[in-house]
Amino acid sequence: MPTDKTTLGFWLYIMSDCVLFASLFATFAVLRGSEDIFSLPFVFVQTLALLISSFTVGLAFVTKKQNTFLILTLLLGLGFLGLEVYEFKNLMLEGFGPSHSAYLSSFFALVGTHGLHVAAGCLWMLVMLVTQRFYQLQRLVLFWHFLDIIWIFIFTFVYLFGII
Amino acid sequence: MSLFGLLTPQAFIHGPIETGAQIIVIVAVLVTVLAITYLGRWRWLWQQWLTSLDPKRIGIMYILLSFVMFGRGFVDALMMKSQQALAVGAPGYISPDHFAQLFTAHGVIMIFFAAMAFMFGIINLVLPLQLGSKDVAFPLLNSISFWLTATGALLLNLSLVVGQFAATGWLAYPPLSELAYSPGVGVDYYIWALQIAGIGTLLSGINFLTTIATMRGHLRLMQMPMFTWTTLGSMLLVIFAFPILTVTLALLALDRTLGFHFFTTDLGGNAMMYVNLIWAWGHPEVYILVLPAFGIFSEVVATFSQKKLFGYTSMVVATMLIVVLSFMVWVHHFFTMGAGADVNAFFGIMTMAIAIPTGVKVFNWLFTMFRGRIIFATPMLWFIGFLTTFTIGGMTGVLMSIPAADFQLHNSLFLVAHFHNMIIGGVVFGFFAGFTYWFPKFTGIMLNERWGKAAFWAWIVGFLMAFMPLYALGLMGVTRRLDHIDVASGLYTQPWAHWLFDIAAAGAAVIALAVLFQIIQIIVSIWNKHKHHVGENPWRSQGPEWQEPAEPLHERSARGVAIGAVAALFGFGLIWHIWWLAALALIGILLSLITLPKPEYAD
Ligand code: HEM
Ligand SMILES: [Cu+2]
Repeated sequence: MPTDKTTLGFWLYIMSDCVLFASLFATFAVLRGSEDIFSLPFVFVQTLALLISSFTVGLAFVTKKQNTFLILTLLLGLGFLGLEVYEFKNLMLEGFGPSHSAYLSSFFALVGTHGLHVAAGCLWMLVMLVTQRFYQLQRLVLFWHFLDIIWIFIFTFVYLFGII
Repeated sequence: MSLFGLLTPQAFIHGPIETGAQIIVIVAVLVTVLAITYLGRWRWLWQQWLTSLDPKRIGIMYILLSFVMFGRGFVDALMMKSQQALAVGAPGYISPDHFAQLFTAHGVIMIFFAAMAFMFGIINLVLPLQLGSKDVAFPLLNSISFWLTATGALLLNLSLVVGQFAATGWLAYPPLSELAYSPGVGVDYYIWALQIAGIGTLLSGINFLTTIATMRGHLRLMQMPMFTWTTLGSMLLVIFAFPILTVTLALLALDRTLGFHFFTTDLGGNAMMYVNLIWAWGHPEVYILVLPAFGIFSEVVATFSQKKLFGYTSMVVATMLIVVLSFMVWVHHFFTMGAGADVNAFFGIMTMAIAIPTGVKVFNWLFTMFRGRIIFATPMLWFIGFLTTFTIGGMTGVLMSIPAADFQLHNSLFLVAHFHNMIIGGVVFGFFAGFTYWFPKFTGIMLNERWGKAAFWAWIVGFLMAFMPLYALGLMGVTRRLDHIDVASGLYTQPWAHWLFDIAAAGAAVIALAVLFQIIQIIVSIWNKHKHHVGENPWRSQGPEWQEPAEPLHERSARGVAIGAVAALFGFGLIWHIWWLAALALIGILLSLITLPKPEYAD
């Protein structure tokens, strides 16, 4: 049953990616400072986009309309990324770039790594849509939900706690 | 910003001794290329080896890579030992900066490329056969892993020709490894060589775990051979520890290239966080190396005592305990950080606790020998050498796990003696034992026993001479990484301190002799093929890997080599700030992943 192999292998990869994010969270926790630079409503929109995309990618898997729902997911993912780039750019323009302090270094590294993962997921979807080959869909869904969970942690520990 | 980033003709110009190394590398590459061309072997090399997906061939390539890197790491060691012998109260012949590059390169090479590559070589060869499957779960991924490891080794050696290597010690602690204090490209070579090789290792971990989980046919877990069990433990450690290394190196790279402040001395950077992170990977790493060696010894001691392994179940439990505990001891590498008495006490006790499952193993091996009819063949000699030296090393380790004692011994030559005791006596001897033990399985040829025994005795004598004096020197207060011993230090007035350094250097020379014997052993055995021909199971071993013949597999793919080559360009671009090159290479890697052929099972 070769599919089982790939699924298990992918789960193992996800586990190692968990450790990767755990390390980044740990550095963030050590280096955290107290700068009031985030806008919660803005991040809330980002969060909504990603949560909804997790729903749509699930629909792509369980329904027959793979194309429609994947395109929808892709658009939501790209929207999320667009917002993130916008946020990063604004922070840098206001002088709160990663070189500003260790705190902001760890912020950009953690959130940016998540963003890179989302970008990789978008590329993956794009390739699927262009080639019209969906045999990896199950793993993509797994990956996308995983990124969603990581984002919930980021939302809580970085943004919510950052504001409190 | 020029087209070639930081790369200028200046980067090729070195001091006299370094130039020697540079010329040796260039000549070695040229000679190899010419030899292959002259023999007309390029096509054969490409089709049979470089693009092969057969785990046996990949395993052999790993082992060859390991031998080459071991050679380089050993030359570094010989230079250090001779320098230290000549430099008691004198400057010696190596400059301080070059000496720092030597111990850094030596440590990095030995751990990442000599030991790790040897380990993956043996796993590739033996693990599938022990499971009764011909292949690994993901053959192409396996080839990619190998080529990423090879690329790391390539970048590291390239630093001999263009630029320089890190002069920071093998773990590149900041703030020394930050741009402010190490402005050259040395640390960048370090970062990208390890980052690329490390990704390869992580992928191997996923691959072998999946192989063990899904490809063992009817073999139950508790019927698996010990080597398979310890490989399972080691690979679990890989997938949990290597991501930490990836993050740590990435953060250091961000500091150095993009001006982040994780570990800098200003703006809130925290150098001790680096030390914590890197040891959270580093301690598991030593168990990643030694667990498979334990497994090899378990196979060897049973075969040559002509008995079943004593205490199989407790061996399995001990292995898994070690896996868990090895993530809870990392602070013992820096008790002096000042984490406070409570924290130090906790990590001290955990460290002592890890000696318990290890002790269980030692006693199981002893009981396996008890009342056995022991055959003193070379693999068994390596085992007995291991048992004695590893126990000495284990005891000095428990000694240092007492924080109060460690404050005195930290960063001294006592520590250097301790970890070589574990690594040479444990890991290296283990891989030598496995190499000799399984050689006939794959070649039908027995390695010459006489030269093998000579090599063993020279190794053990050389090892004891080279490292036992360091325990004494460490207790006398000599710190590690000293390029010379100052006239002003009290040590200089004690003549026997001088002798201890001389004995240590002589020991390294005896090891050189041992290595020579090993080279002769391999040449003699292959040369007199017919005399050494013994068939596939000369030791009459019971292990499953001996029961079926190892058939060659013919699948090929050039993608592994291609990804390795492009990863080399990627690393080179980042090291020298040639951004267009790095960007193009990254696109190349993505393209090669996107265009992967559809696997057969997918419709
Ligand atoms: C073959 C014989 C070997 C000799 C003669 C040797 C000798 C040395 C010497 C002289 C040093 C420097 C000690 C100092 O700081 O003053 C050193 C450091 C080190 N060695 Fe070895 N070594 C050998 C094999 C190995 C092996 C097989 C490994 C690992 C697989 C290894 C790993 C290391 C490491 C990690 C360091 C620390 C480097 C640093 O200070 O950053 N060595 N060795
Ligand atoms: Cu340790």
